[in-house]
Amino acid sequence: MDGFDSWALTLAVFLPLAGAAVLLLVPRRDETSIKTVALLTTAATFAVGVWILVNFDYGATDELQFVVDRSWIEVINSRYIVGIDGISLPLLVLSMFVSMLCVIYSWNHFPEPHNPKAFLALLLILETGMNGTFVAQDLILFFVFFEVVLLPMYFMIGVWGGPNRQYAAIKFFLFTLFGSALMILGFLALFFLGGQTFSIVELQDTAQGIARNTQLLIFAGLFMGFAIKVPMFPFHTWLPDAHTEAPTVGSVILAAILLKLGTYGFVRIAIPILPEAAVEWAPWIGLLAVIGIIYGALGCLAQRDMKRLIAFSSIAHMGYVMLGIATLTDFGLNAAVFGMVAHGLITGMLFFVAGSVKDRLHTLELSRLGGLLVQAPRMGWILGFCAMASLGLPGLAGFWGEFPAILAAYNPADGLPEEVFRAYMVVAAIGTVFAAGYLLWMLQRAAFGTPKDEFADQAVPDVNGPEWIAWSPLLVLILVLGVYPHLLFRVTDGAVGVALRALGG
Amino acid sequence: MLEQVWVIPLVPAISFFLILFVGKHLPRKGAEIGVVAVGASLVLSLVTAAQWIHRTNEARDAVDGGGHAAGFLGAVLAGAEYAVVEPVVRTVTWWQSGGEVIEAGTLLDGLSAMMIVVVTLVSFLVHLYSVSYMEGDRRFTHFFAALSLFTASMLLLVLSNNLLQLLVGWELVGLCSFMLIGHWWEEKPNSDAALKAFLTTRTGDIGLLVGIAVIFFGAGRTFDILEINQAALGGGVSDLVLLVAASCLLLGVIGKSGQFPLHTWLPDAMAGPTPVSALIHAATMVVAGVFLVARLYPVFWEGFDIAAGGLNPMALVGGITVVIAAVLAFVQNDIKKVLAYSTISQLGYMVMGLGVGAWVAAVFHLFTHAFFKALLFLGSGSVSHAVHSFDMKSDMGGLREHMPHTYRTFLIGSLALAGIFPLAGFWSKDEILLGAGANGYEAFMVVGLIGGALTAAYMTRCVYLTFFGEYRGHGHPHESPALITGPLWVLAGLAVVAGFLNAVPFGIHLFTDWVEPTFAFPPVAHPEFSVPLAVVATLLALAGIGAGAGYYFRNLGPHGLTERNVWARRGHTLLWNRYYLDHLYTGVIVGSIKGPVARAANWVNQRVIDGVVNAAGVGSRQAGQWVYDKIDQRVVDGIVNGSATGAGETGGFLRRMQTGRVQNYGALLFGATAVLGLTLVILI
Repeated sequence: MDGFDSWALTLAVFLPLAGAAVLLLVPRRDETSIKTVALLTTAATFAVGVWILVNFDYGATDELQFVVDRSWIEVINSRYIVGIDGISLPLLVLSMFVSMLCVIYSWNHFPEPHNPKAFLALLLILETGMNGTFVAQDLILFFVFFEVVLLPMYFMIGVWGGPNRQYAAIKFFLFTLFGSALMILGFLALFFLGGQTFSIVELQDTAQGIARNTQLLIFAGLFMGFAIKVPMFPFHTWLPDAHTEAPTVGSVILAAILLKLGTYGFVRIAIPILPEAAVEWAPWIGLLAVIGIIYGALGCLAQRDMKRLIAFSSIAHMGYVMLGIATLTDFGLNAAVFGMVAHGLITGMLFFVAGSVKDRLHTLELSRLGGLLVQAPRMGWILGFCAMASLGLPGLAGFWGEFPAILAAYNPADGLPEEVFRAYMVVAAIGTVFAAGYLLWMLQRAAFGTPKDEFADQAVPDVNGPEWIAWSPLLVLILVLGVYPHLLFRVTDGAVGVALRALGG
Repeated sequence: MLEQVWVIPLVPAISFFLILFVGKHLPRKGAEIGVVAVGASLVLSLVTAAQWIHRTNEARDAVDGGGHAAGFLGAVLAGAEYAVVEPVVRTVTWWQSGGEVIEAGTLLDGLSAMMIVVVTLVSFLVHLYSVSYMEGDRRFTHFFAALSLFTASMLLLVLSNNLLQLLVGWELVGLCSFMLIGHWWEEKPNSDAALKAFLTTRTGDIGLLVGIAVIFFGAGRTFDILEINQAALGGGVSDLVLLVAASCLLLGVIGKSGQFPLHTWLPDAMAGPTPVSALIHAATMVVAGVFLVARLYPVFWEGFDIAAGGLNPMALVGGITVVIAAVLAFVQNDIKKVLAYSTISQLGYMVMGLGVGAWVAAVFHLFTHAFFKALLFLGSGSVSHAVHSFDMKSDMGGLREHMPHTYRTFLIGSLALAGIFPLAGFWSKDEILLGAGANGYEAFMVVGLIGGALTAAYMTRCVYLTFFGEYRGHGHPHESPALITGPLWVLAGLAVVAGFLNAVPFGIHLFTDWVEPTFAFPPVAHPEFSVPLAVVATLLALAGIGAGAGYYFRNLGPHGLTERNVWARRGHTLLWNRYYLDHLYTGVIVGSIKGPVARAANWVNQRVIDGVVNAAGVGSRQAGQWVYDKIDQRVVDGIVNGSATGAGETGGFLRRMQTGRVQNYGALLFGATAVLGLTLVILI
């Protein structure tokens, strides 16, 4: 292993933090330098990501690669273990990529009260937390990064958010922290009962000795931590508020990456370490998932605000991801990881567009919108494209998160009740119609028709430079992954097999 | 060429992106790219079809000669020796799961060869027509881009070797339909129609998604169409699985191919430009459902036990559709709506044909219908080009003198549709009736005969209102330019001759030879031509024309009946409201989901679920207040103060904005979770 191999992941995690430190040294008034430092940092981090993509051994996606294992907190036997396999890789790169695009988008889109220095520093700290979560292979390390994410996002919403930002920020913070508390209890139980180790890999063997009922309880604790983050029905109510109030970049990161921390936790930690408990809980997870699909869709139909609508659609989409996970099959887990990436790209884009519309019209109330295609045709078409991708149109990325999950539900893993999951399958299939319904109604009200009188004479600038630079890679990826899903499935497939190995799958 | 058919959809796909990105800067605004690309696809399709015909002939010669040419197998079935012509398949890796590779690819056999010819031919003619018809449109370039994308998607659909790729094409043509119905989206009725089309077909797609999942596992984890067909025929799949799969897939067919009771989107889809109605909503996209059944025929054959005769869901759906749509065509004043209901009715014939085991006949009807219905739609477009309206009653009449080419071609199309010997519709419709009678589905033969008489009558009404009597519109209508009448005449020619490809009484069965699969295909019957049936069918069609002519041309019969008779009036009201199905769907079902149900869900969300969350927050704050007042101030004051000060200092610059709430709430939260955590620990 040459030098950079062992440093790559560490760099990927801590470069943004270093960038944030540099940022603090730049005078607050020198905005150009601040933006440049932030951009260079995220670009350098992304370059590390590209290096990892190039040097990743795609023949061994089922093994942890670029592993570093150093002693860290010896007193509790917690080690600094980082490494990535085929499940972490796409999410890690997505996180780096979206962070960079967010900095680019921010170039001329700073919400009030402005202050790019604090905003970008928070964004960089956030990136460290996200990247760290996806590479951590030690539970305490994972937990630290998982929590690091909270505070920057809290301030992003609480300072740069909409009128009701205080409530939304505190709700987001407390709700997630509540889940985290139960999660860390689960981790501690695993440590004490599973052979005094926090290593995720080691626990996959040592945790099997834990008594069955105890496993069920530990899984419940982990479930609360992850399910709130996803968020699953009925733990979702922080999400619409957080999204509605958050600034555009905050919403994008929240949708694109933060929600995936929860689903990733299931795939990385809960299922491989506690497979027996996973089998017991899976029907209930599946139930909450399909309730979320329909319930999120109904919530969407009742919304009058475009951003809040997109937020509710996340609940429905994460329902498909969780349904895939609940099937405990290779189709389901592959679909889940694909769904995470696809949802990140698509819903991230939808929030970008919503943010830009709000920038121009200062409202996202659907009853006041209309005729976006007339005023800003390119933005209107991009909105249409994203709506189509979001409703799971085959040929675009969203489909590959949905259909294989539906397919998997027909034939779930051994030990799961087949009839129940087949009922879930039908509900999930019905959910696709609902998704088409709310997205197309949104598109019709926002983009079709003619502008309402109050905006009729207003010049609405079409997509501008930074927007094009930030958006086109996402749009291209949505299309490319949709047409040729093998790009992603071949990476995740091997690792998914490992995650399910304990199930005999 | 047979292995390289993937090029055929690729050409219009590239054309789509070219038109989208550079179309506006070209002299003809992108239309030239579309015309050339689809023209190229047409040529390639014709070459492919010719090579396929050559392949079938070779195989047949080999069997006739007693020898076996390499690659072909002779087979003996029911005493008759026939050649098995293997389809040409080519695949590439598409994705994988659990180490299993799922492939994308092309499947070329007689059915797909026929479909690509129909699609590219009609699409090419529609392109030419649109260059003139859409001239000066507000989104001319976009229109041609969407046509290209549609052509590519439809070709992708018909060339798919697996169900998943077929689904991709299926949804993409739906997307194009959505874009083109809503082409003039400034007006709300148009975007409403687009949404309705998309959502209604998507409702059917629930069945398609589930059906594909069922058959995927039923046939042994495969999407491959030929493998599924072999598994279905091989008896390896249980009857129940096949029945469930076939029923689910049928739901998809009902949505896409405008079958009762999900046909309601198709008349509304006429909001789109007329060339779109001709291409998408008559000749190609709407037959995707029929194509799916034809493609997966073994699944339906075994699932619905079609060989048994009598009654099955598919024949029933088709039969109902034939009649209810034909009846509705009588009360339409919009010429395109007449044609739309007529299309629904004819699609009913195709589905019914497949339901009664008349595979060749149904597919042949798909083939002939594509030509004469595209012709009729383009003819109606030519008329509207002249009179700037689609309303037959208020703006047309007497146009036969003003528009001789449009009139003659429209008349040919109408006669072909009515099934008058020797035009195309006669041959294909007659074969469906023949199959129904021969396979033990006599009731459906009667339904088909009645439908034929109705068809003839409503087309007579349509022709009368449009071309005869006095001109009721404004201005001076004039014949359309050659770019419009040219395609009309080409299609009129095809409407005359296409039927002779399978003129069985003359000993011609080329269509059967070329198109009917010989590989993984159930033993469908090929009934002998029946002169009495043909005579009866023709007489009924003539009676329909006669009745229509008598009523409209000669003013005979019970005019004004709806004013005099209460039952006639009620019947008319029922038809005028399209059996109230739209009220049921849009008003009752969609209305309640969008309205009360969604609002109730939102209320539960805000008041119940979020109420619990907020109550927990308020409760713990009060608990914290209590703890603070009663315990903290008296007991642990010093410790908390110390830690809070420390936290406060580190949060220095942030506190200016946030007033230090985090610490308060964090402390409260920590207390709350500690209690919960303690509970968990005790339980463990």
